[in-house]
Amino acid sequence: MVSEPAHSLITVERLTRHYRMGPQIVHALDDVSVTVRPGEFVAVMGPSGSGKSTFMNLLGCLDRPDSGRYWLDGQEVAGLSSDALAAVRNRSIGFVFQSFNLLPRQSALDNVMLPMVYAGVSHAQRIERALAALDAVGLLERAGHRPTQLSGGQQQRVAIARALVNDPLLLLADEPTGALDTATSLEIIGLFQRLNRRGITIVLVTHEPEVARFASRVLHFRDGRLIDDLSQDAEVAA
Amino acid sequence: MTAWDALRAALDSLRANPLRSALTMLGIVIGVAAVIAMVAVGAGAREQVLRQIASLGTNLIMVGQGSIVRGGVKLGAGTASSLTEDDALAVLSEIPGVVVTAPSVRWGLQIVAGNQNWGTVLFGITPDYMDARDWSIAAGHGLSDVDVAQANKVVVLGQTVVRNLFGGGDPIGEPVRVFSTPLTVVGVLAEKGQNTQGQDQDDVIFVPLSTAKRNIPGMAKSNPRFIHTMVVKMRDGADMADAQAQIRDLLRQRHRLIPGQDDDFWMRDLSEVSATRDASSRALSFLLAAVAAVSLLVGGIGIMNIMLVSVTERTREIGLRLAIGARRRDILVQFLIESTTLSLIGAAVGVALGIGTAMGVAELAGWPTLIQIDSVVLAVVVSGLIGVFFGLYPARRAARLNPIEALRHE
Ligand SMILES: Nc1ncnc2c1ncn2[C@@H]1O[C@H](COP(=O)(O)OP(=O)(O)OP(=O)(O)O)[C@@H](O)[C@H]1O
Ligand SMILES: [Mg+2]
Repeated sequence: MVSEPAHSLITVERLTRHYRMGPQIVHALDDVSVTVRPGEFVAVMGPSGSGKSTFMNLLGCLDRPDSGRYWLDGQEVAGLSSDALAAVRNRSIGFVFQSFNLLPRQSALDNVMLPMVYAGVSHAQRIERALAALDAVGLLERAGHRPTQLSGGQQQRVAIARALVNDPLLLLADEPTGALDTATSLEIIGLFQRLNRRGITIVLVTHEPEVARFASRVLHFRDGRLIDDLSQDAEVAA
Repeated sequence: MTAWDALRAALDSLRANPLRSALTMLGIVIGVAAVIAMVAVGAGAREQVLRQIASLGTNLIMVGQGSIVRGGVKLGAGTASSLTEDDALAVLSEIPGVVVTAPSVRWGLQIVAGNQNWGTVLFGITPDYMDARDWSIAAGHGLSDVDVAQANKVVVLGQTVVRNLFGGGDPIGEPVRVFSTPLTVVGVLAEKGQNTQGQDQDDVIFVPLSTAKRNIPGMAKSNPRFIHTMVVKMRDGADMADAQAQIRDLLRQRHRLIPGQDDDFWMRDLSEVSATRDASSRALSFLLAAVAAVSLLVGGIGIMNIMLVSVTERTREIGLRLAIGARRRDILVQFLIESTTLSLIGAAVGVALGIGTAMGVAELAGWPTLIQIDSVVLAVVVSGLIGVFFGLYPARRAARLNPIEALRHE
C-alpha cells in the first residue's frame, strides 16, 4: 500500500485515464506518478494531445481516473462523494481557463463573487473579499465593468481573481495565456509568479517556453506519459 | 447557493431575453387571467341569482292545479279545476307554520286604454298575494279585501303596462277595458325588473280574484271556487320539505285521491329553482376549468421548451459553475427557480389582467363580477406547480452535465 508522503500538496500514484473510441483505446494519461510540494510553481508542457488537460482535469477533481490514486493536501480524493468533490473544487482549488469563462452579463465584481455563492459566504463578506481579490490582480477600478468592456488580459485577471477569492491551496491554469498576445502573457505570468511568492501553489499548462521559464519546475508529457520532470531557477518577472 | 442567489440568477437570465421570456409567459398569463375573470363573472352571476331568489323569499311554496310537466313530459293526467279557494283556506288553517295562502287565477289577454291596447297577463288575486310575492305599490293604492268581497271593477297595473298604455302619463283613476269589462285603475305596482329566467315581471295587471272570475268568459264556469295557483308562505325557518309533504297529504285527502293515483296538482318551492341554477353554473365552471387547464398546460410546455433552449445556450456557464464548486443540486435548484419565477411572473401578470378583465366586463357589459380570492390563490399556486413540474426535466438535464464537456461546449 502506497502511503502519502509528508509535506506534499499533490501526490498522484500511477494515474491512468483512457478513452474508448470504438475498438481503439486512447491512453490520454498513462501511469503518471508525481508529487507537488506546497509553494511550488509547476509548468506542464508537451505537444498537443499529450494528456496535459486530462491531467489537469484529474487534479481539479472534474474527472475521475480509471486507475491510480490521488491525494490532495493529505486527503485521498477517490473516495469522495460528488458533493464533497464540489466542496473541494470550491474551497481548495482555483481554476483559470484559456477562454476565461466569465459570465458575460455580470460585472467583474459579480463574476469574482460567484465561487463564494457556493461557499455560503455572507453577502457583505462577498463584496469585501471580491474587492480584495480584484485589488490583488490590479483591477479594483474595473470592478463594475462587464467582460465585454475589458481587454483579454483584464478578463483573465478577473478570472484569476475569481480563482483566488475562496483562498484555495492550489491554482490550476490550463493554458491561461493561450488566448493572449506575448506582452499580455508576460503580464499574466508575472501576476502568477507574485501570487506564488505569497504562498499559493500553482500548476499551469503552457505551450510557450517563454512562459514556462517563470516556473520553478517543468513537467513534460508525451503520449499520456510524464517523460521529464525538471527543476529550474525561475526567471523573475519584471 | 441561497434561494436569494438563485432568484437573482433567474431574474438576470430572464432579463437577458426579455421578449422571449414574455412570450413564454403568455400561456400562463392567459390561463390565469381566464380563470380569474371567468370565476369572477360566474360568481357575480351566482351572487345575483341568489339575491333575486332571496328577494322572492325562500319560504314560499307554489301550488298549482293540474299535473306536473317535467322536461316536456306530462306526468299523470291532472283533472282541470282541481284546486279551489277552499283548498287554500284549508292549507292556511290546518298546516302548522303557514303564514299566508294567496289563491290566484291568471289569464293572458288584451288590455285597452283609449286607442292603445297591450297584450299582458291578468292575475286575479287577494291582498295576501301582494304580501306573499313581495309586491309593493308605487302610486295610488292596492286591492283591498272589500274589492275582493264586492268584486269591484278596479285594477292595479304593472310598470310595463303603464308605459305601453299611458306613456309618461298618470294612469290613476283612468278607465281601461279587459274583454268588454270597464275597470278603473287604482294603483301602479313598484318595478321588479326581470326574474331569474329573464322574464319581465312588470308586464302584469292585478284585479280582485272575484272580479276576474265573474268577468272573464269561460273562467270558473264548472266550479266558481276554482283557482289556478296558490302561494303558500311559511314562517321563517320552517322546514320546507316537511311543509310540502303535509300540504301534499292534505290536498290528496281533500281531492279524494286513492293511494297509487297521481297528484292532480303540482308543487314547487324556490329552493328547487336555485338548485337547477347551481347545477348549470357548476357545468359552466367545469367548462371554464377545462379551458384554463388547457391554457396552463400549453403554458407549461412553453416553459419547458424555453428552459431546454436556455440549458443548451448556457452549457458553458453550467460547466463553469460546476468547476468552481456548484453541487449538482445547486444547478438543479437554480434552473427550477428560473422556471418557477417565469411561471409566477406570468401568474402575477395574469392576475392583474384577469382582475382588469373582470372589472372591464362589469363596466362595459354591465354584468356583475365578483373577484374570488380563492381563484387568485389557486391560479398562482397551480402556476407555481407548473413551473416546478415543467422545469424539472430541463433542470435535471442541466444538473447532469459533465463539467469538462460543458466547459468545452461552443
Ligand atoms: N472526451 C474524450 N473522448 C475521447 N478522447 C479524448 C477525450 N478527451 C481527451 N481525449 C484524448 O485524450 C488525449 C489527450 O487529450 P488532452 O486534451 O489531455 O491533450 P492536451 O495535452 O491537453 O492537448 P492540447 O495541448 O491540444 O490541449 C487526446 O488524444 C485526446 O484526443
Ligand atoms: Mg489541453
